[in-house]
Amino acid sequence: MNNESSLLLVSSSPHIRNTDSVPAAMRDVIIALLPALVASLYFFRMASLKVILTCVVVAVICEVVCRKVMKREASIHDNSAIVTGLLLAFCLPPAVPLWIAGIGAAVAIIIGKQLFGGLGNNIYNPALIGRAFLTAAWPVYMTTWSAPLDGVTTATPLGIIKEAGKLQALGDAGAAQELMKQLPALGDMLIGNIGGSLGETSALALIIGGLYLLYRGHIDWRIPFTYIGTVFILTTIIGLSTGQGMWYPLFHVLAGGLMIGAFFMATDWVTSPITKKGRIIFGLGCGLLTVLIRTKGGYPEGVCYSILLMNTVTPLIDRYTKSRVFGRVKNHA
Amino acid sequence: MSLGKEFTKGIIRENPLFRLTLGLCPSLAVTTSVENGLGMGAAFSAVLLASNITIALLRKIIPDSIRIPSFIVIIATFVTLIEMIMHAFAPDLFKSLGIYIPLIVVNCVILGRAEAFASKNSLMPSIMDGLGMGLGFTLALVIISAFREILGAGTFYGIPLFGASANPALIMILPPGGFITMGIILALMNKFQHDAK
Repeated sequence: MNNESSLLLVSSSPHIRNTDSVPAAMRDVIIALLPALVASLYFFRMASLKVILTCVVVAVICEVVCRKVMKREASIHDNSAIVTGLLLAFCLPPAVPLWIAGIGAAVAIIIGKQLFGGLGNNIYNPALIGRAFLTAAWPVYMTTWSAPLDGVTTATPLGIIKEAGKLQALGDAGAAQELMKQLPALGDMLIGNIGGSLGETSALALIIGGLYLLYRGHIDWRIPFTYIGTVFILTTIIGLSTGQGMWYPLFHVLAGGLMIGAFFMATDWVTSPITKKGRIIFGLGCGLLTVLIRTKGGYPEGVCYSILLMNTVTPLIDRYTKSRVFGRVKNHA
Repeated sequence: MSLGKEFTKGIIRENPLFRLTLGLCPSLAVTTSVENGLGMGAAFSAVLLASNITIALLRKIIPDSIRIPSFIVIIATFVTLIEMIMHAFAPDLFKSLGIYIPLIVVNCVILGRAEAFASKNSLMPSIMDGLGMGLGFTLALVIISAFREILGAGTFYGIPLFGASANPALIMILPPGGFITMGIILALMNKFQHDAK
């Protein structure tokens, strides 16, 4: 320590500093995604490895090139491109052609993030932008699912429910019931031994990762808790009123991308509200929209769109839940 | 300003779509194929030219306080004409443009040129302004629709560009594709203008 720094230091606030940094926080997110990564590699084998590598590599390359071309400070060290690549890969079907996965990663980084000004300025979660783009661009590839381990083409649990609902509406109750028999057991859905996107099938692995993030203090419990809670309560009401019982809400909580969405995407620091009350509203909105899309919408799964829609209103939520500033006089005389 | 400059300003420097960002709604909606873009541009240009001429001629007769309704009546007259002509001679185009032909009546570029230019200038400059703005708008529509059609349908003016195995990105001919294209083009225009300064 030299003489100068031992002098009395006068500085403006904030005076409390800690060692948290964006790269370290992103590293923790990657660590939290590891259980899901392992589950994905186990259930989908080489298909999983290829898609994940493609997404991460393309995302990182796009990040580097974009910053260079736009003449901005290099940002690759903050690890956020790796997280975006991983998250995008986790919500793609295992059999997706690699060029589509690559385009998705490029769209996520270039359009979803860098064109908005880079990390911290993006309005929407980049990985979800990539996924939404791909779903609209190549709907067939994005909805062809393969079963874990053997890779046979299959339907996702939510897809089965949607299809059965359609048959029911057409008056073919017998066929609907036959279809419902294909639904996997809740235990398989918890572990992830079901058809679905690469990294979202194993609810258990995602919960472990989510708990790690909660423990490290990187995410606020309010968003995942209210999000999953809203889905659970709403589907309980539906389940009980239609006579399907408690199986129905448990199914909805474990199915699709709810876990990865609630723990890793809705909690994105940049695109979710910063106030506590706002986070609760955000979680409630995500849950409501997810259930609405799943039960009434055209798509079997609504996590991606519900989070994107709530990202849109995040600035509004923040504005209306600003905490009161004390010490101000309401009306000036 | 010379007549030549009145003509050329609408093409790039004051391009109604890319520089003034007027008339976005029809431009995003109909630019799903080059054929639609070109058809819309032609219909638009014809109405703009005719309304500019009429308004420039009538500019001293139209009372100031009711000029907007008067402009609308004039524009609506020409739109109705164009609509009937298209219905008769280009029924396919008429069908694919649909509601966006009658909506030319409320196109802000046409009303904007009437208000900002034709009602204040004599006949010849107004003709040049109408031609230039019409050409600029048509050019902009063709650029957007070419981008969207090539990426979204794999064709250009209906001609397949890639083999049968090609997988065009469907999103580009859907509404989000219009916004993405428009945003990227506007960003590039701004960048080039910024660099040129």
